[in-house]
Amino acid sequence: MSQNPKRLHTAWHNRLLRIVLVIAAALVALLFLLLPLAVVFVEALSKGLQFYFQQIAKPDTVSAIKLSIKLALVAVPLNMIFGIAAAWVITKFEFRGKRLLISFIDLPFTVAPVISGLVWVLIFGMQGWLGPFFRAHNIEILFAFPGMLLAILFVTFPFVARELIPLMQQQGTEEEEAAVSLGANFRQVFFRVTLPNIKIGLVYGILLSNARALGEFGAISLVSGMLRGSTVTMPLEVEILFNEYNAAGAFVVASLLSLSALLTLLVRSLLEYRHNRRQPELPSE
Amino acid sequence: MTITVENLSRNFRNFKAVDNVSLTAEKGELLALLGPSGSGKTTLLRLIAGLEQPDSGSVIFEGEDVTRLDVRHRQVGFVFQHYGLFRHMTVTENIAFGLRIKNRRERPSKSQISERVQELLHLVQLDRLGQRHPDQLSGGQKQRVALARALAVEPRILLLDEPFGALDAGVRKDLRRWLRRLHDDLQLTTIVVTHDQDEAMELADRVVVMNRAKIIQAATPAKIYDQPNDPFVFRFLGAGSAVPLLFNTLGHWRSPKMALGGEVMAMLDRSERARQAAEAGDQQLDLFVRSHQFEMMADSKGDWRIRFAALTGRSIRFEVQYIGNIGNIGSIASQEPPSLNPGAPTPDALTYEVDLSREEAEENGLSLGTRVTLTVKSGLLFPR
Repeated sequence: MSQNPKRLHTAWHNRLLRIVLVIAAALVALLFLLLPLAVVFVEALSKGLQFYFQQIAKPDTVSAIKLSIKLALVAVPLNMIFGIAAAWVITKFEFRGKRLLISFIDLPFTVAPVISGLVWVLIFGMQGWLGPFFRAHNIEILFAFPGMLLAILFVTFPFVARELIPLMQQQGTEEEEAAVSLGANFRQVFFRVTLPNIKIGLVYGILLSNARALGEFGAISLVSGMLRGSTVTMPLEVEILFNEYNAAGAFVVASLLSLSALLTLLVRSLLEYRHNRRQPELPSE
Repeated sequence: MTITVENLSRNFRNFKAVDNVSLTAEKGELLALLGPSGSGKTTLLRLIAGLEQPDSGSVIFEGEDVTRLDVRHRQVGFVFQHYGLFRHMTVTENIAFGLRIKNRRERPSKSQISERVQELLHLVQLDRLGQRHPDQLSGGQKQRVALARALAVEPRILLLDEPFGALDAGVRKDLRRWLRRLHDDLQLTTIVVTHDQDEAMELADRVVVMNRAKIIQAATPAKIYDQPNDPFVFRFLGAGSAVPLLFNTLGHWRSPKMALGGEVMAMLDRSERARQAAEAGDQQLDLFVRSHQFEMMADSKGDWRIRFAALTGRSIRFEVQYIGNIGNIGSIASQEPPSLNPGAPTPDALTYEVDLSREEAEENGLSLGTRVTLTVKSGLLFPR
């Protein structure tokens, strides 16, 4: 609001810079994020709606969708439990080796998923450490549901814990201690105090790990064995179709994955909106 | 209910938080645990509540050993430093929590619970705020909700950890007096942790001074102030300092830098401690003097100079510096403004704080830069 011309100039200059930066950011987002997504849908629908739905109705596609959902349905709840337990232990208790545990949780973020797949092959493969043992007992791990579940559990492990740890650290332990001093048992403390406080973070974590579970490719491609109709997930189906020169079919399945990603973002935004809407009123006596 | 703590110890790794502490809070008593941060007072409170487990020693409620009893069965009302209110619940739900989670046999009916919550809201003067969430309350309001929530389950004792620590001065004082009145009405044995000596003195029946994991003294506020048993207690409870005394050739303990009043000299001649120190051949004996126990007279040949003065309400706090060694330069020095004085005070200069009433200060013509003599009117000696 200054009348000083120099100040005015600087303000105008800053504004120009801001506009340029915003446009640049928008362009990058458009080019690298939105455009590929748009291409997926355009390509998927390029041969018409009929082709689109026929592709989805194919037994291989249906089986891939079913397997992906089944894997996510088992992996995500398991991860939720592990994640809550890890975050709870790390934030509410003091113990030796805590820092080490925290870095271990991040391991799946830093290790390439292919490597985790390799490790499972190494352990449960026919030449692996435990492979012959399970084989002898007629338990299939590799190239079957359990192996794929392990691969997915590994890569999605950090999501829930990573969302919860900062949140729970910031909230401290006073509320839990208060609940206990009022006579609450472990179950009551968890369900009535801890869980409601971490609800939002937990839902975010679940959404993210679900998205990752559906989209995982690297780790799972090694342990799946690509048995069509039985151990092929949606991302694997995309690759198989693509390798069969059925690009349009690949895009159809890819569009389903993209849809689920968009849905995840939508739900997350809705939650954020709802959470922020309840602004605290000003305190008054 | 009587709370007794016997030889209680708690270590965190290599740090002794509470070291072999014994203490009794009588039925209906309001006890203040007072000490600097890290003195172990909060840990002691948490040990009594059962939020920490002791390494050794026991906690006894009215003859019943509760050392191994889980917090949730101790029936202790605990008010946390940051209140610990359940942020996703309304004020009403917060207060009702302890009642709602009781098992079916002990749980009061819905209408009984809501009646009890109304009573408590009224007690803590928050009748209209039952539907608010904690983030819609001021600090003082949160504090009262926390107290109401603790009282809802009819605890056997009440423990408060720095209850007014996060509040501003005015609210602190109001809430402090309100808590005292509430305590007098409820007659609940109460222990309050605080690092504020004024708060402890004003609030408590008895003050327990802690330092370095140990209890130094436990006594009524008056006794703690007038007869501290340790230099630490003396220093912690008010302005004051140690005046070193030397044993002179005439066989008396005297200060080489300031005069001693008749009362002090008589006390020193009678004192067992002074006699022991002389017999043991000690070089020095410390006399502990409160800042209001000095007498100060303007004197152009005095060994001391006023280098700071500030009004603290009805009295003036002076800071006087020893200039005995440079004092012979001449009396002109006293007329110079202190800032131009070549012998400007250094931080490690020997200084004392002296409190005088405004009238006394004016009568004696005392102001910044005045040269003065100091006389000790009274003081304390501590056993070694």
